[in-house]
Amino acid sequence: MTIGFGSTRRKEDARFIRGQGHYVDDVQLPGMLHGAVLRSPVAHARIVSIDTAAALQHPKVHAVITGADLGEQAWMPTMSADVQAVLATDKVRFQGQEVAFVVADDGYSARDALALIDVEYDPLPAVVDVRLALEPDAPVIRDDQPGRIDNHIFDWEAGDAAATAAIFARDDVVVIEQEMQFPRSHPAPMETCGAVADFDRVSEKLTVWCTTQAPHAHRTLYSLVSGLPEHRIRVISPDVGGGFGNKVPVYPGYICAIAAARMLGRPVKWMEDRSENLMSTGFARDFVMRGRMAATPEGKLLAVAVDVIADHGAFNATAQPSRYPAGFFSVFTGSYDVAAAHCAVTGVYTNKAPGGVAYACSFRIAEAVYLVERCVDCMAGELGLDPVELRLANLIRPDQFPYESKTGWVYDSGNYEAALLKALEIADYAGLRAEQAEKRSRGELMGIGLSFFTEAVGAGPRKHMDMFGLGMNDGAAIRISPSGTAQLSISVQTQGQGHETTFAQIVSAELGIATDDVDVIHGDTDTTPYGLGTYGSRSTPVSGAAAALAARKVRDRARIVAAAMLEVAAEDLEWTTGRWAVKGDPSQGASIAEIAVASRGPIELPLGIEAGLDAEAVYDPPNLTFPFGAYICVVDVDPGTAHVKVRRFIAVDDCGVRINPMIVEGQIHGGLTDGVGMALMEMIAFDEDGNCLGASLMDYLIPTAVEVPDWETGFTVTPSPHHPIGAKGIGESATVGSPPAIVNAICDALGVRHIDMPCTPSRVWDAMRSKGRPAQ
Amino acid sequence: MTVNGARQSADVEPRLLLVHFLRETLGLTGTHVGCDTSNCGACTVHLNGEAVKSCTLLAVQADGAEVKTIEGMGQEGALHPLQEAFWEHHGLQCGYCTPGMIMASADLLQRNPKPNEHEVREALAGNLCRCTGYHNIVKAVLAASES
Repeated sequence: MTIGFGSTRRKEDARFIRGQGHYVDDVQLPGMLHGAVLRSPVAHARIVSIDTAAALQHPKVHAVITGADLGEQAWMPTMSADVQAVLATDKVRFQGQEVAFVVADDGYSARDALALIDVEYDPLPAVVDVRLALEPDAPVIRDDQPGRIDNHIFDWEAGDAAATAAIFARDDVVVIEQEMQFPRSHPAPMETCGAVADFDRVSEKLTVWCTTQAPHAHRTLYSLVSGLPEHRIRVISPDVGGGFGNKVPVYPGYICAIAAARMLGRPVKWMEDRSENLMSTGFARDFVMRGRMAATPEGKLLAVAVDVIADHGAFNATAQPSRYPAGFFSVFTGSYDVAAAHCAVTGVYTNKAPGGVAYACSFRIAEAVYLVERCVDCMAGELGLDPVELRLANLIRPDQFPYESKTGWVYDSGNYEAALLKALEIADYAGLRAEQAEKRSRGELMGIGLSFFTEAVGAGPRKHMDMFGLGMNDGAAIRISPSGTAQLSISVQTQGQGHETTFAQIVSAELGIATDDVDVIHGDTDTTPYGLGTYGSRSTPVSGAAAALAARKVRDRARIVAAAMLEVAAEDLEWTTGRWAVKGDPSQGASIAEIAVASRGPIELPLGIEAGLDAEAVYDPPNLTFPFGAYICVVDVDPGTAHVKVRRFIAVDDCGVRINPMIVEGQIHGGLTDGVGMALMEMIAFDEDGNCLGASLMDYLIPTAVEVPDWETGFTVTPSPHHPIGAKGIGESATVGSPPAIVNAICDALGVRHIDMPCTPSRVWDAMRSKGRPAQ
Repeated sequence: MTVNGARQSADVEPRLLLVHFLRETLGLTGTHVGCDTSNCGACTVHLNGEAVKSCTLLAVQADGAEVKTIEGMGQEGALHPLQEAFWEHHGLQCGYCTPGMIMASADLLQRNPKPNEHEVREALAGNLCRCTGYHNIVKAVLAASES
């Protein structure tokens, strides 16, 4: 029997290792039909005509739906207050865009019928390079918006422009400036997106099984789009085969399946294939950043500034808090105490798929951390300092927390130096530098890269953060059975992060009930409290807090019941794990199980106290949590082939209190692998006509077991002072923190100032040649 | 064909992929589809004792063959050592690659009962995982090889 925190093995594994998980494509319903999407072969074109007659003649086809058939539902609202075409009506705006939806008896027939639809396109020039998208003669992509004359979406800034400019203007400072791209990548969860929609015409109730990280938010959006009231929509997110931010937005395929199910009165399944996933669902990153940093010649960092052009694709569908069009990018001052900072971000439409916030970015913090950690290394090079020394001299000190950054974030807690020293110790940093010097003397290219990052996760305080007007709070509800076991319903949705285990551990720690006796219910909007879902590493900070507070309500109720049972005043009782006992006489007490049965028995309770111990909490976090980490990467670059091998990677993370260290480590391992993918292999590229060049796993390369090393992890514990159990989020830290460590290591190996990701052999080769290194 | 020891027969279209036959005709949904280019290995099953990607075989090609899927691993109530090891060493998170990963690992251990870490990584290079970073999967396979 296990109680509370610790590395217990996972409850959910029992079904997954036997092939008994239940994912969306495993759903089979009587009479279920299968949908398939016809997609645009071109990036930008006016639609002249769509002829569906031949497809409708197909003996197994039940419907062919076009934008015209959807009427007002041909466009849907996005989470960034823009609209997105469900099925193209006037023109197509990216390659892979949804044009028509075929419903047939089976998936093979549905795809056969796609080939029978004849669409005539009138091609338009494609806008591909975001840096050219605002040129006066650039074609206007969103001519659906009345009065629009360009491709500009938004300008947003943070920090103090004047104070920052004043520092850069001083003649006693050293300034570096570096342009860098964080290229477009894709979360590419192993399970693609899909849905099964089922509409009961008698009860007028819609049930949608779908791959969503935010089932309640999806329900609200489905209601807005379909006109059905929310209480007649049930969204079920079953087991989800990875999300990584890809499964937050609402995609046209879901809406098409819902529309088809209502039209035909039969369940309709839609499952996209990998190419569709990569081409049309939420991409990540795609920031062109010009960073500047100022420091004293001795190495005191003074100011950071950055201008960003953000490529959002053809529709602004980025899923993020509505008042943060560039997410939380303004944490770009990172882990350093600077005097001034300023950022300006311009969002731009291009003829590409929508997205932006995804792939464990914590709302653009991946971009922010990359910017500042690259700039610090550029500055170290400029000043001739070791990147470790420069960081140690500028990290925010423990006594400065809570620390208010120059862009307005209040970091909750941190002991940065301790984490960095621990990483240096695990790595044997001095030994590594000695090894490097020795290898250099023999012409070998070894690089050592650092990254020290501060995350900001757990969105968020209702006052500042909302998604389409809904404050970013989350709930938890506990029901205690008369025999003392518990069911915890949560509003967040695991996609593999282990919530079924860790949330049981939170309740277990608070109430002393064995984790095996706590079942966690999630993903069904009919049976779980409302909340905004799992992304931005917000489950532990928000819903985890709600679970602890709900459990404390149970405990408070249990105290009152125990007082009645023991015929003492509640104030005379004290809690020791799992039991209320009389102060000074621990033999007089009642366990939570005894209290649970008594709470529903014939006991006389004080006036106003209801039977049972059930409780619910909705948590409005007072602040985000700010986990941090110190990462060190060691690479070897083959001078003959320019192939980069990540030989070692040391990751020291601090996420405050660790509910389940085994699961925390697993999250870090996965995120570090994302970092290797982004730094070395992954890119969704386009040619000048807007053809997507990364639309399958043949071209969009993700790391295998061979490309990554055994991960070396360490940790420190600096609890979040405002969180009920002192826990911070962790899920995205490694994805956010690792890319700059790898790129810094490659630059260190080659002796170059900067190289853009992905550092493929051809790019590294070019960088080596630019240094005048002879090919060997 | 024989699937997990039980005789199965069906009339199928020649173009039906084995993975769809297993999932949709037989209802064995432990075998997953993760890509459309034969890269990810989530659909890995055993065909006549060897690991194959069932998205890249026609069901008719498996006519008369012995097929084993994740549902056929382990005995009633007793997990296969690889299933135990993946559980114990946290070799899975979302669980989507897990069935294919376990089938590929079983194939490796049949050919090479005591692999080293490098051999495990090489053998699993046809199976992509987005959650675990492979570290714990490698540990699990090495642990299973010891049991």
